[in-house]
Amino acid sequence: MGLLSRKVTCNAHGQDSSYFLGWEEYEKNPYDDIKNPDGIIQMGLAENQLSFDLIEAWLAKNPEAANFEREGQSIFRELALFQDYHGLPSFKKAMADFMSENRGNRVSFDPKKLVLTAGATSANETLMFCLADPGDAFLLPTPYYPGFDRDLKWRTGAEIVPIQCTSANGFRITKSALEEAYEQAQKLNLKVKGVLITNPSNPLGITTTRTELNHLLDFVSRKNIHLISDEIYSGTVFTSPGFISVMEVLKEKKLENTDVSKRVHIVYSLSKDLGLPGFRVGVIYSNDDIVVDAATKMSSFGLISSQTQYLLSALLSDKNFTKNYLRENQIRLKKRHMKLVSGLEAAGIECLKSNAGLFCWVDMRHLLSSNTFEAEIELWKKIVYEIKLNISPGSSCHCNEPGWFRVCFANMSEETLKVAMNRLKMFVDGPSSSTRSQSEHQRLKSLRKMKVSNWVFRLSFQDREPEER
Amino acid sequence: MVALTAEKQDQNLLSRMAAGDGHGEKSAYFDGWKAYEENPFHPIDRPDGVIQMGLAENQLCGDLMRKWVLEHPEASICTAEGVNQFSDIAIFQDYHGLPEFRQAVAKFMEKTRNNKVKFDPDRIVMSGGATGAHETVAFCLANPGDGFLVPTPYYPGFDRDLRWRTGVNLVPVTCHSSNGFKITAEALDAAYENARVSNIPVKGLLITNPSNPLGTTLDRDCLKSLVKFTNDKGIHLIADEIYAATSFGESEFISVAEVIDEIPDCNSDLIHIVYSLSKDMGLPGLRVGIVYSYNDRVVQIARKMSSFGLVSSQTQHLIAKMLSDEDFVDEFIRKSKLRLAERHAELTTGLDGLGIGWLKAGAGLFIWMDLRNLLKTATFDSEMELWRVIVHKVKLNVSPGGSCHCHEPGWFRVCFANMDYQTMETALERIRVFTSQIEEESLILTKPMAKKKKCWQSSLRLSFKDTRRFEEGFFSPHSPVPPSPLVRAQI
Repeated sequence: MGLLSRKVTCNAHGQDSSYFLGWEEYEKNPYDDIKNPDGIIQMGLAENQLSFDLIEAWLAKNPEAANFEREGQSIFRELALFQDYHGLPSFKKAMADFMSENRGNRVSFDPKKLVLTAGATSANETLMFCLADPGDAFLLPTPYYPGFDRDLKWRTGAEIVPIQCTSANGFRITKSALEEAYEQAQKLNLKVKGVLITNPSNPLGITTTRTELNHLLDFVSRKNIHLISDEIYSGTVFTSPGFISVMEVLKEKKLENTDVSKRVHIVYSLSKDLGLPGFRVGVIYSNDDIVVDAATKMSSFGLISSQTQYLLSALLSDKNFTKNYLRENQIRLKKRHMKLVSGLEAAGIECLKSNAGLFCWVDMRHLLSSNTFEAEIELWKKIVYEIKLNISPGSSCHCNEPGWFRVCFANMSEETLKVAMNRLKMFVDGPSSSTRSQSEHQRLKSLRKMKVSNWVFRLSFQDREPEER
Repeated sequence: MVALTAEKQDQNLLSRMAAGDGHGEKSAYFDGWKAYEENPFHPIDRPDGVIQMGLAENQLCGDLMRKWVLEHPEASICTAEGVNQFSDIAIFQDYHGLPEFRQAVAKFMEKTRNNKVKFDPDRIVMSGGATGAHETVAFCLANPGDGFLVPTPYYPGFDRDLRWRTGVNLVPVTCHSSNGFKITAEALDAAYENARVSNIPVKGLLITNPSNPLGTTLDRDCLKSLVKFTNDKGIHLIADEIYAATSFGESEFISVAEVIDEIPDCNSDLIHIVYSLSKDMGLPGLRVGIVYSYNDRVVQIARKMSSFGLVSSQTQHLIAKMLSDEDFVDEFIRKSKLRLAERHAELTTGLDGLGIGWLKAGAGLFIWMDLRNLLKTATFDSEMELWRVIVHKVKLNVSPGGSCHCHEPGWFRVCFANMDYQTMETALERIRVFTSQIEEESLILTKPMAKKKKCWQSSLRLSFKDTRRFEEGFFSPHSPVPPSPLVRAQI
């Protein structure tokens, strides 16, 4: 009899994937402009560090909230005791309003349909527990956030079947791709419970089009399944075409209060838009009362700290602040995005034209020695160990074409980004191709000799052992 | 083909977990919360309201906490003194947790165990409160269908925390009042055998020490025998020690950590502790849960799972600062014990005066009250009847033993640390009135007068109509942990 559970002994937490291993390498040798200028620059972390000053300024102007006071009285005691899983009413109201604002107030959100969770990580897992039985499947467009393998599948026993998207049409979700994924699931004897999209997309950085949203709603309507829209990057849309939430399309199609609308659920968080991942603020929004009820009870396993709820309720209730923040944040993201794009261009590297997110989807197919995922990993190792940039290889995001990489730009200073771009340019311009391939060969040999633990690598769904969940 | 009703169709679209009752909140015991919610006691505004004695909160040292927070603005990342740390803390989401947080918690755990053991900060794993910790431990140690042995009576929340999403079973280890509810070798063996017969592979034994709802602590010999039992069977021992610092009585609290070294060839890979700051420090709102395991692999995996319930970095920062103030911590623990002892004495002295029995215990935020002699029959139906009278007529929300899976009807958990002295006095007065009414009735009942019998029935018992309403099994729309009276007043 095994001493520990199968969940412990299997690898479904996904943390043997290269996505996480790159982070580990970074941890061992992190860049610091003064103390470690040759260290690895972290470009694999989708964080938004551009606008803290705005929040800090707000704190300075709002000492009551900052000091957990109300009308001059400390309410720390009350906060210390507040553990109601319905959450602080003022916080839920503020979140609902903030979500509305992020959608240009074209839709409104009802605080009673909101469930607070410990980050989007917990929100996604909780939704899976509510919508899928072990062995049921959700369809996800590729490429997708590597963390989904853990968040959606690990403890829930749910499965992911990819909706293959390709560069041929800018990785857009097509009707045929949806149908193919559904059929694939049936072939694997998996009951499909829904589709999960990330809008704006991680890792692509593009917003989902109205056409795609219409296809998706038609599809889930016909198949009588759910649609989860992970909209945690909704506030990072920095240029046109602008963000369209699935809730807006529901409204346009006059599908509010219908059966379909009850099967549409949104996941939100403050980790990306506000750059507060440490605070663990996630949200599930659903029109289905049973889901809201069950998810609320499940949130007991990961409630948001009451002091955090209180602080953010004050912050987000200040509409002047939120308006200014969203606007300023977007301006900064746009500028930084441009810097990355032009830096890449100078190195002869293109990326997918994007209008959102904290990263670019970079095309390095021309740098591959062959059109294979092995070549992608070779290139990736070079980038991590030689160029000393931690970026995320497309295969870790389940991309079905080798050569794409996700490169983050909002988690470092402008100077650091410049350094990164210079390194990249030097590598690409580097010594002549013949000497380069010789020295590359040497380097690859030594790289292979390097001890890197746990290079378990999942290319596709089919490679997994059947009993691994 | 028969058309499904709209609701049934809906439920087919959801998981069995969401559509089912595994959350445990359809139980009739949530009546008590509801009664309190609808009519909460307030000394001035609602003097006839229901007094909340079903909530195991430690509110006795909130003033010390508040004072410290006011005097240490640098512990907050929002104040002028602390805002320079804001961005670093706000982006910190590493599931290892802030090193200073882990160190401070390890130190605190040592202090609450009278500095008899050392805790390694690298074994400290965060979770969403003890609730999250228990679920995580269950996910790590057991597969769906496996079982944990749990001595009865136990905290009702375990039914949800350990079973709902994990698919794990709980197998009761029956304890009896005849020996003060101690866990015996016979009871353990019987439970183990029951599990075997039911085809439930036993993966571990979960003990709560100090006990909820009993308030008792395990003595050294008992603890050692539990470790030996689990070691011999090759199963895990999970010790929920969230009430460690609430031990105010003469017998000291002994942690399982102390006992490990005293047992030759102890397999510490089987030993795990669940901890939290919710009871010892009275900070349930901050959601600070800890999994402490002596098994490296469990530490590793629990840490990965902690992604689903990390402690807010803002809170980690505050707690790190607070718990590293050793003078404050020492004073807090000392004063908390004194105040708990006092309040416990107030309640028990009051009960003694009324001839009401209670289990001798020296820890926890509650007493285990013996009302067996007030039951009409020694059945759980009688217990429910009596409980409804206590909730709706005497207007005290207490927790009936049946909700804690107690084997014998007639026991009730009564919390005392979540109210002020005056409220406690009011509660005792109500109990006094209630017991004297019963005495009167029973004196009258000895006279063969059927009319008077009716009198007892109508004044103290609910009408049949009332009982029906509460048995409809409606969802309580409220959290099973209702807001405490203080919170209701202020937020």
